[in-house]
Amino acid sequence: MGWLNAVVQGVLLGGLYALLAAGLSLMFGVMRIVNLAHGVLAVVAAYMGYFLVDKLHWSAFLTLIVVIPAMAGIGYVLQLGLLNPALGRGGLAPILVTFGLAVVITNLLQQFFSADTHSIQTGTIATDSIHITDDISIGVFSLLTFVVGVVVIAGLQMYLSRTRGGRAMRATSDDKDAAQLMGIDNKRIYAKATAIALGIVGLAGVFLGMRTQFSPTAGDATLIFAFEAVIIGGLGSLWGTLIGGMVLGVAQAVGAQINPAYGILIGNLVFLAILAFRPTGLLQKAVNS
Amino acid sequence: MSIAENLKVKRATKSSWAGLVIAIVVVALLAMGPYTFGRGMQQNLVILFSLIVLGTMWNLLAGYGGMVSIGQQAYIGIGAYGLVYIADTLGIDPFIAVPIAVIIAGIFSLPISFLAFRLSGGYFAIGTWVIAEVVKLIVEQMDVLGAGSGVSFMALTTLSPGRRIAYVYWLSLIAVVIAVAVTYLLMRSRLGLGFTAIRDDAVAAGSLGVRVTRSKRIVYVVSGMGCALAGAMIAANTLRVQPESIFSVQWSAYMIFIVVIGGIGTIEGPIVGAIVFFALQQWLSDFGVWYLVILGLLAIIITLLLPRGIWGLISGNGRIRLFPVGYRIANPLEKFALIKPAATPEE
Repeated sequence: MGWLNAVVQGVLLGGLYALLAAGLSLMFGVMRIVNLAHGVLAVVAAYMGYFLVDKLHWSAFLTLIVVIPAMAGIGYVLQLGLLNPALGRGGLAPILVTFGLAVVITNLLQQFFSADTHSIQTGTIATDSIHITDDISIGVFSLLTFVVGVVVIAGLQMYLSRTRGGRAMRATSDDKDAAQLMGIDNKRIYAKATAIALGIVGLAGVFLGMRTQFSPTAGDATLIFAFEAVIIGGLGSLWGTLIGGMVLGVAQAVGAQINPAYGILIGNLVFLAILAFRPTGLLQKAVNS
Repeated sequence: MSIAENLKVKRATKSSWAGLVIAIVVVALLAMGPYTFGRGMQQNLVILFSLIVLGTMWNLLAGYGGMVSIGQQAYIGIGAYGLVYIADTLGIDPFIAVPIAVIIAGIFSLPISFLAFRLSGGYFAIGTWVIAEVVKLIVEQMDVLGAGSGVSFMALTTLSPGRRIAYVYWLSLIAVVIAVAVTYLLMRSRLGLGFTAIRDDAVAAGSLGVRVTRSKRIVYVVSGMGCALAGAMIAANTLRVQPESIFSVQWSAYMIFIVVIGGIGTIEGPIVGAIVFFALQQWLSDFGVWYLVILGLLAIIITLLLPRGIWGLISGNGRIRLFPVGYRIANPLEKFALIKPAATPEE
């Protein structure tokens, strides 16, 4: 009975997808930007982790204390330097700018790290597992990723609903002109939101690099999976994104159980089915785009 | 008698008549290509022609329809595989197989549009990409299409190489003329006027009777068919179709760079952009993928600082129009006022 195991592994994989998708969801929620460079930025974080572990011999989890702030800093600068100006240029500009950025970064990674695959060495945690029944055993690393995913989503939700900074972000999202009249500096709020989003991307990217092999073009699939998690869950709902990630993870794992070549295809088809029959997502919150 | 009745509205300008003459001369000269150019040159020009078709089709979608797709490679692949399957497996004449493949792409694009149109903006972009990935993953499972390793295009290999290359060259030149002409005529029509209104204010346009979604769907289908035409050109030029390359998102990057650099929302822009793109690609081909880094940076800078692109610079922000799709007043009011100072009420 591999099916139950596939479902369990899929749910745990969903934690990683939710982690990858949280930043995408946050940026869209606050400023209606769909960051097409999101996936490749996660891969940049994975390369940072790889560099620190492989060349400077850091331990894998220690890299997070450098990668997360570095990615957050990149996010802050990126927003002030490129995305805020793009927002002022109308609807197509942020899409075109983030797409251009994705192509530039992907090809730069290719120049500097070649097209070969790499991974972040984690030691024994990669293979440790908890034995549940004869059919099901849960990898310690998968479980850790899932827990981190849930904690990040919960923390972000808490930040947005309970803190002053989060309130300012929601206010800006609801009505940026009114928020500005109340003394909120939108551009700073946006920069802060992107910094948080990319900090989470940094975390997610390192976990991605620890889990699988990656190459410069891995950002493509990463962006697609994160996007599918967001849409399946429903725009504007962070808990929805977690559910969406889990649905996608289960679809892929069960698909791969049918035939290893079908995993990603079935994930995509489940996404298209949700789009066709429940376009507002599983947990929908009213959002005007 | 009001002033308005004395105003003449015209569409063509001096530059557009000149443009028409230039276009006819250029196409006529290019048509002699097989007699003057070598085979390698012809094959390179077919690549350039396919880039012009792709850029023109992407511009139709984004520049006029406001839809940024990064999944048009789905239709490039359908066109390429369609041509090979219809010509090789079904044994239909390749030059008839091309329009059939294009129509098939149109038939596919209609139901796909209903799915894709559930998303908007950046999510529409990624959604179209997912659809292209799904098409690729399905093709990779189909043994009749060579599954993961792809197919070779055999139907044209019965011709001598010189003849084959010349035919493909002429076919591609015709494809460019058709793509540009269709875009021009569409944008001059009522549909184009509707798009101008949608671009300015979609809600207001809708309330005045512009059928927003229907207009977008027409453009989406036409763009899919045009991309399939380019896909057929690419297959006929390279004689090999592989899923990983024909369904690569790289094509979308090419299209976006061509249109953004050339000038989005104009018919001339993608032509200029394709020439610039092609030149950079050839010129920097020894330096790996640096041309994509440079083009990406160029696209970002142009989007932020020069939204009308290179054609905007050349044409003085639209004063020169080779393809006039708008309306202009032949004798503007101020001129009118100088000739007849007071609009004397008659009758």
